[in-house]
Amino acid sequence: MATTISKPETLFGKRIRRQEDPRLITGTAVYLDDIKMPGMHHACIVRSPHAAAKIRAIDTAAAAGRPGVVAVFTAKDTGHLGAVPCAASLPGLRVPRHDLLARDRVYYVGHPVAVVVATDRYLARDAAEMVEVDYEPLPAVADPEKALAEGAPAVHPEWPGNVAFTFHQEGGNIEQAFSEAEVVVKQRITSQRLIPTALETRGVVADWRPGENSVTLFSSTQIPHLMRTLVAGILGMPENRLRVVTPEVGGGFGSKLNVYAEEALMAFISMRIQKPVKWVESRRENFTCTIHGRGHVDYFELAARRDGVMLGLKLKLIQDLGAYHQLLTPAIPTLSVLMMPGLYKFQNVSADIVGVFTNCVPTDAYRGAGRPEATHGIERMVDILAAELAMDPVEIRLKNFVGNDEFPYTTPTGLSYDSGNYAAPLRKALEQVDYPALRREQAQAREEGRLMGIGVSTYGEICAIGPSPSMPAGGWESATVKIEPTGKVTVLTGASPHGQGEETTFAQVVADELGVPMDDVLVVHGDTSVVQYGIGTFGSRGTAVGGAALFYALQDLKAKVKKFGAMLLDAPAVILSGGSCVDERTGKSVSFAEVAAAAYHAKRLPPATEPGLVSTHFWEPPNFTFPFGAHVVVSEVDRETGDIRIRRYVAVDDCGKIINPLLVDGQVHGGVAQGLGQALWEQAVYDENGQLITGELTDYALPKAHLMPWIESSHTETPSPVNPLGVKGVGEAGTIGCSPAVVNSVVDALSPLGVRHLDMPLTPEKIWKAIQGGQA
Amino acid sequence: MKRKISLRINGKPYTDEVEPRLLLIHYLREVAGLTGPHIGCETSICGACTVMLQGRAVKSCTMFAVQADGREIVTIEGLAANGALDPVQQAFWNEHGLQCGFCTPGMIMATKQLLQDNPSPTDLEIRHGLEGNLCRCTGYQHIVNAVKAAAGKAGA
Repeated sequence: MATTISKPETLFGKRIRRQEDPRLITGTAVYLDDIKMPGMHHACIVRSPHAAAKIRAIDTAAAAGRPGVVAVFTAKDTGHLGAVPCAASLPGLRVPRHDLLARDRVYYVGHPVAVVVATDRYLARDAAEMVEVDYEPLPAVADPEKALAEGAPAVHPEWPGNVAFTFHQEGGNIEQAFSEAEVVVKQRITSQRLIPTALETRGVVADWRPGENSVTLFSSTQIPHLMRTLVAGILGMPENRLRVVTPEVGGGFGSKLNVYAEEALMAFISMRIQKPVKWVESRRENFTCTIHGRGHVDYFELAARRDGVMLGLKLKLIQDLGAYHQLLTPAIPTLSVLMMPGLYKFQNVSADIVGVFTNCVPTDAYRGAGRPEATHGIERMVDILAAELAMDPVEIRLKNFVGNDEFPYTTPTGLSYDSGNYAAPLRKALEQVDYPALRREQAQAREEGRLMGIGVSTYGEICAIGPSPSMPAGGWESATVKIEPTGKVTVLTGASPHGQGEETTFAQVVADELGVPMDDVLVVHGDTSVVQYGIGTFGSRGTAVGGAALFYALQDLKAKVKKFGAMLLDAPAVILSGGSCVDERTGKSVSFAEVAAAAYHAKRLPPATEPGLVSTHFWEPPNFTFPFGAHVVVSEVDRETGDIRIRRYVAVDDCGKIINPLLVDGQVHGGVAQGLGQALWEQAVYDENGQLITGELTDYALPKAHLMPWIESSHTETPSPVNPLGVKGVGEAGTIGCSPAVVNSVVDALSPLGVRHLDMPLTPEKIWKAIQGGQA
Repeated sequence: MKRKISLRINGKPYTDEVEPRLLLIHYLREVAGLTGPHIGCETSICGACTVMLQGRAVKSCTMFAVQADGREIVTIEGLAANGALDPVQQAFWNEHGLQCGFCTPGMIMATKQLLQDNPSPTDLEIRHGLEGNLCRCTGYQHIVNAVKAAAGKAGA
């Protein structure tokens, strides 16, 4: 026992380098493809080269006879298994049965048709080439608007017209808003299909253990527990006989927030061949077969008064779904509708979604998932309105923001914005760039014939997803905290971080709450046999929901620690300070390790107290959180080449309280890079036959180091009242705030030429053509 | 027909019989058991497989193992000496130059090459020097900071 009381330094808010990095920078981390097992076989999947075709016959004999091949599977073998699941439901939703392997027809390029299993990955690939599939090609349609046109080929023959669902939502009185409007601006705005491109492709290792009558499934996923439930369902096996383990995950961005055919296929194959089997996606497969993001054609109409006050917004949203529904496919555009009012206080909205089947790989959640599309829409429309009224785009925003005294604020789409100060980040960003001086410089540049643009976006997003009633399978998160007999602390989180850094931020929270050194805290995740059920990491929820669960588990545990501390010190009550229980009357203390030992040795127990120091908490959030911010982009366009130079990129993001500013900056930078990718370079291009033209990294323009501007990132901090940490989530902010700021800037640069709108990506060719058109 | 190759990796000798078509990255990962270098594309674009061959950074996904016969290779596993991190590794850690970590081994090897050729690069030189390595997480900014920090260290 000691008698010194040191005032603990809090780690909340400190720039702390990550706990997870030592294994990552030394090459010792274990990713999926690093897993090796005795007797492990390799699978290679035969995929359709056609976007639409009938399968007349499949001949696997030649492949089966190749060296090293142990089995070839087709739909004849897997037809009895369940289908790839879609968890989202909407009234009247048409759900095509999504078989693990195509039966008699293929629906997109890359559609899995057969699986070849061999002793070696080269041999598996060799043999896959020998599987002969007799296809009868059919007309395909790859563009959602063409798919809706009269006479378009039916993606699913049973549903001519290609409409998977329609969805209507409205709030306020939209007709009245438009009848009272003094000005109405309309624009068709697209958010192109994007390929998430986690640098690690997907992969699965399945290991059937006959003695245990169980399968261990290693998968590069964001949702281990949901995967366990859903894959067990596909296979018809008891869920507790399936263990899902996520090794190190090399990026997800939503593309691994899913259950794909391969997870169930590999588990099935491992049971059939009685050996472990590995499948690792090639980059081409990743581009053709893993979900894409976005894929919107949006028709907006914005009603306003001449003084710039916005009255109402109408949206017709055409969502390119692809050929099937993956886990959340049809739900994604409904998020766009929820966020369509942005940060503005007009109370009248009307939205109609048409979900359209195309002969393409399904779209689903990609970083932002529906909110970047919404933000791009409203933020472009505000600029278009400002241009129409010859108002400053900053002035019109300030005029329409929800006021600081209006929180919690109910939107016409039924959300309750938790907290905000929307003008604060905008004013901070404008001050940083000296906005009036920039406008003066722009006027001068225009006189010189230079094309300089200043673009602003003020975005809001919906994070910490989310309350369970809004989710198909639970929106809570879980945490277990165990103080081990030696005083070391183990956290089991139901979240499944894969680069976000919660092994560090959660350790910071634990260290602050318990007063132990961060290095004494181990954060464990991603193993369904070890960690209590959890929902996973997506929708900027890891810290805002999982962190809150952790916080509450810690409170329970602290109470128990204090009971043991008080018992050891013979005190009526103790406080926790500096890693010890302290009797404030005497200054006497017992260390954490002493308390932990006493709790497990259990020679004596406090009244009505069980041995051990373990607490589990499942936390149900009462609401989403609503981060916001302002991004300002200064650009200059080359008249001769159409090339865009980003001169300045200023991001002021408000994600509530910040646990680790270093990691938050990283999230913002990475988010902006993906937003900039969409704004300037990236686009998944299918030709009219449904062939993916951008099928490799050679053809898909991912942001590279020399293309990225310096991002000037800073913050305002408006705590969220939704959770005890006051955090809101930051994983998607950069992506959501970015694209409209960039496009607004470039359109501003080209506005003297009469350009009012440009769709992404803003390739030099597109800009050059706009300049030529504008000058003509 | 398999061919015998002998090479040194991270200072240790290796001799194996390999198929002529075996890619160097597969040799390193599957045969030599060095899974630090990763495969991100197999088309030489992403750079996750970058290793040092005869002191120069190469993408090991577009080289055959037999082409490395008689050569000297350093992978990410060979950088830290006696438990002490290389200054570049240290800088990536300090500056938060990684998130998911998948590109990191290749990024660090490319940085080694960059700093060998240019011990005090400008921001733009760093960015161009890393053009051949993709990162989808960081937006590259903290990587640039890390390279600058490592350069400062090397110059000190």
